[in-house]
Amino acid sequence: MSKLEDLKTAVINGKRKDVKTIVPELLESGADPVEMLEQALIPAMSVVGERFKKNEIFVPEMLVSARAMKEAMKIIEPILIEAGVKPEFKALIGTVEGDLHDIGKNLVATMWKGAGFDVVDLGVNVSPAAFVQAIEEHSPHLVGLSALLTTTMPAMRDTVEKIRGAGHDKVKVLIGGAPVTLEFAREIGADGYASDAASAVDAAREILAS
Amino acid sequence: MRLPLTPKNEYIMKYADLAISDPSQLVYGVSPRPLKTRYGLNIGGGTIYPELNFTLPNMDIKPATLPEVYRHYRQIAEETLKRAAELEVPGVVLEFETLPPMTEHPEIGLEVVKILLDGIEKANSAYGLKAALRCTPNDNREFIRPPLMRSGRYWEAMLELFEKSAAAGAELLSIESVGGKELHDDALVNGDLRAVLFSLCVMGVRDMRFLWEHIVGIAGRHGVHAAGDTACGFGNTAMVLAERRMIPKVFASVVRAVSAVRSLVAYECGAVGPGKDCGYENPILKAITGFPMSMEGKTSACAHLSPVGNLAAATADLWSNESVQNIKLLGAMAPVCYMEQLAYDCRLMNQAAKDGPEDRARLIKWMVESDAALDPQALILAPENCISLAQAIVSEDSHYAAGISVARKAIGILRESHQQGRLRINEREAGWLDRMEDELDDMPESEDEFIDEMMEEVDLEKFTPQDYDLPVPAGAQVHHSHSEGSAPGCLGCGSH
Ligand code: B1M
Repeated sequence: MSKLEDLKTAVINGKRKDVKTIVPELLESGADPVEMLEQALIPAMSVVGERFKKNEIFVPEMLVSARAMKEAMKIIEPILIEAGVKPEFKALIGTVEGDLHDIGKNLVATMWKGAGFDVVDLGVNVSPAAFVQAIEEHSPHLVGLSALLTTTMPAMRDTVEKIRGAGHDKVKVLIGGAPVTLEFAREIGADGYASDAASAVDAAREILAS
Repeated sequence: MRLPLTPKNEYIMKYADLAISDPSQLVYGVSPRPLKTRYGLNIGGGTIYPELNFTLPNMDIKPATLPEVYRHYRQIAEETLKRAAELEVPGVVLEFETLPPMTEHPEIGLEVVKILLDGIEKANSAYGLKAALRCTPNDNREFIRPPLMRSGRYWEAMLELFEKSAAAGAELLSIESVGGKELHDDALVNGDLRAVLFSLCVMGVRDMRFLWEHIVGIAGRHGVHAAGDTACGFGNTAMVLAERRMIPKVFASVVRAVSAVRSLVAYECGAVGPGKDCGYENPILKAITGFPMSMEGKTSACAHLSPVGNLAAATADLWSNESVQNIKLLGAMAPVCYMEQLAYDCRLMNQAAKDGPEDRARLIKWMVESDAALDPQALILAPENCISLAQAIVSEDSHYAAGISVARKAIGILRESHQQGRLRINEREAGWLDRMEDELDDMPESEDEFIDEMMEEVDLEKFTPQDYDLPVPAGAQVHHSHSEGSAPGCLGCGSH
């Protein structure tokens, strides 16, 4: 098995210690950090995501892998930044104003990170103005809005309106949360909807490609 | 009133014995310490009553929509109480669980309380219906991150709504409190039992004491009842995550058992029941305290799914539907439909009880056995298991030790039932029993040691140790800005 395969396996199995030894060894042997990301880390998390989607593993097991990937990223990220390599997509995510539910939103953020997105998590109870401010600060390709309360769904509409009203027409908006539907996404002018964390990566890629 | 601490500063358990130690006595409609209300409900006195809970349809709550908000609640009170009277229910409790803006702006919550009390009074004079109101303000303290647990505008507004609702005549005061949840969500998604124990039995217990001493004080001042709390944000979050196959059901079952230690503190501080409907740990608390409890099961599918649809009714004193929106269904408005469902469920249970203890026991057996073998979360709440879990709790003298002891007991019950073929545990889950047991084996002897260890591990940005009477570790820098509206989640960066 190649060292890249070893790294992939270590991430899939959530072996943080192994990751910590394999990554420096790979770097020492001249491996390209971009290759490590694209051929080991992201594919590993995609295997993990698939297993989770198929109910083969639980969230705690998925998060062990996510932490293993994070361990690798801690080492290679500075090198990537120095070389001017940017993640494919930058995303903001937050739970809308008035809403404190964040377990689902956090899972979506984890999945996006696993897919190699650079994710800025704005937390919960995020006002429309705070979303706009963060867009101006971070210039993301994608903004994710989460709402779990029927009473905070209007805040999603307000947020989309504020984002568009501030002239950010290019940034894609993906929404989700238990009471949210594709129909609602269309109605409020969001670009897309994902029903769960496992499909949030594909849904994001789809709208980013459109 | 402050409850005592041990010399080691551990919080002492108030209950050393069980109020109900015989599983055949842990039955619906009857509790050793029943509670009478103004209009003559005798909760736990032999009859099970419906407890209806309702909420608004999808809508904004803002000044312009307030007339519509109030119209909904007026309609709910009028129509549901009329249906209750038509069905000749022996009595009913309405629960007003506020939506966050109604506690943030207590004048809104109070107006709804008055509308519902008015509806109750009118139904009493029109139909002679016996009814009472439970008021459940939101615990909005976590709107600030990290939460301000003992001061600030959310704390003040919550107390104001409790105080004014009680003064207006809301007879039962409850809350779904959140103390300890700052670390618990991560503990759940990481499957980390040690962190669960810290959140529930160290942080949760401390916050419950602080909070419930206030609620009991308010109830006392106005001659109403401090009813009880629920570990909803803990045990039910675990249950929903398990239902979606995100965490193992056996793990959620153990979390449920441990959550009883936290909810118990309300009663240690002077709450008298009925415990809040979504506290599925309530049968354990009924066994310990003897106070009546509200429960919810199949009739709360309108709000969330659960694996205990029938079993939950076996030990209930009030039978609830958790929450339903005021929307039109084919039969009637949804709360009216749910009033009817609850009324018929209670009618059946009361009839069985009227026919004698054997008939009641038979109905309970069916309720329990139709659920218990299919899901560990149901099995753990079967009456005989609740008694064992309750015993494990009261056998210890600190909440910390009780948490470990009840977790161990829960694992033991699950393992044994699985081995004996009385419970189906999926293969993927079975290994978690060993994993959890190993974690318990590694728990330190004393709570102080545990606190010292955990305070080195936990994310101090997520909560304010002083709000939990917890020591800040030497050298740790805690710069809290207590911002409203930002707290990035960190599922992927837990410390274990
Ligand atoms: C950006 O793109 C995307 C894409 C996909 C996205 C996405 C974004 N966001 C989510 N997704 C999707 O992917 C995720 C992963 O697969 C999924 O996320 P979910 O969040 O759906 O799934 C999670 C993995 C697991 N699910 C959850 O975590 C939510 C479960 C339930 C039980 C729930 C929980 C746990 C909680 N709650 Co609350 N809570 C309920 C929920 C019941 C339910 N049926 O959903 C619900 C949503 N809560 C409700 C209520 C009423 C409340 N809650 C409240 C509080 C809480 C807790 C704090 C106790 C806890 C939250 C813990 C936390 N940190 O998030 C209060 C409100 C607080 C607030 N201001 O937000 C309070 C008002 C209760 C009260 N009286 O205090 C109800 C809403 C009713 C309504 N009218 O809308 C509710 C349906 C429960 C009920 N049956 O009554 C997908 O939706």
